[in-house]
Amino acid sequence: MTRYLLPLGIFIGLVVLLAAGLTLNPRYVPSPLIDKPAPVFSLPQLHRPDQSISPADMLGKVWLLNVWASWCVACRAEHPLMNELARSGEVAIIGLNYKDRPEAALQWLRQLDNPYRISAVDEAGRAGIDWGVYGVPETFVVDKQGIIRYKHVGPVEKKDLEETILPLVRQLVQKPA
Amino acid sequence: MRRILTTALLFVSLLLQAGVEVQHFDTPEQEARYKTLINELRCLVCQNQNLADSNAELAQDLRRQTYEMIIKGDADEEIVGYMVARYGDFVLYRPPFKRSTALLWAGPFILLFIGLTIVFLFIRRRNREDVPPLSEAQRQRTRRLLEAGDKDQ
Repeated sequence: MTRYLLPLGIFIGLVVLLAAGLTLNPRYVPSPLIDKPAPVFSLPQLHRPDQSISPADMLGKVWLLNVWASWCVACRAEHPLMNELARSGEVAIIGLNYKDRPEAALQWLRQLDNPYRISAVDEAGRAGIDWGVYGVPETFVVDKQGIIRYKHVGPVEKKDLEETILPLVRQLVQKPA
Repeated sequence: MRRILTTALLFVSLLLQAGVEVQHFDTPEQEARYKTLINELRCLVCQNQNLADSNAELAQDLRRQTYEMIIKGDADEEIVGYMVARYGDFVLYRPPFKRSTALLWAGPFILLFIGLTIVFLFIRRRNREDVPPLSEAQRQRTRRLLEAGDKDQ
């Protein structure tokens, strides 16, 4: 009897292991930036190229940094949700327009609406590297002290927003600056 | 007709050019370091390729970053540290041995050990089980055969 139990046990063990593996997202790379200060940048604003924007401007507020580009198909997918979030006014969204042409980016926002309070222009992708961006769109939650608290890779879906991002934002807003 | 076609095709080939990055290093040693680094660093986009092999935009940018840091005079550890600070140990094809990577490094040896133990136990058990004791008649027959064999020699 044990003779059959052992291979069966090994088989079941493997099935459990592989099934767990299938539920993981291989594209998700844990970011070393969580709980670290938001990397500094000073970039021109998309709508006002003569003015710059830096994460320091947002100190004292909880905000989202949403990395987007007009060439990014998945950004288009999450865009309606970003618009909805911006309309709710619950949290400020700063855009990081990553490796894009400003004309194309402006055109994209005109067409699909602009959820961003300000978009920073990162044409060369250097700020992107500093923020560890590897799969646009990416969304970071930054707290009042300018510390990155959460990172979402890929398009934000309603479920991510309602179950993870917004509860975290509400919790961070409660904390004293 | 054929000549026109050949000429046309030749011109088409002019339009197709491979994107080759040309980098100029001050010393051959810098170039060697650059090549080693981009072979050791992993592309985050096409995760099973290193920076040298990948043509993803991010890989190009990270190659450029590596190049610039080498020209600037940064040490290998500084460049690797720069990448790890942004992308984590995942960016290294040979991650350091820590708690979170212990299973990664030790896993194959643990599996090998388990496998060898099973093989060992299996062989031992089979050796024990597969040889039933001989009956008295078989024993005598064996002895006769062995003695007969001795005489033949």
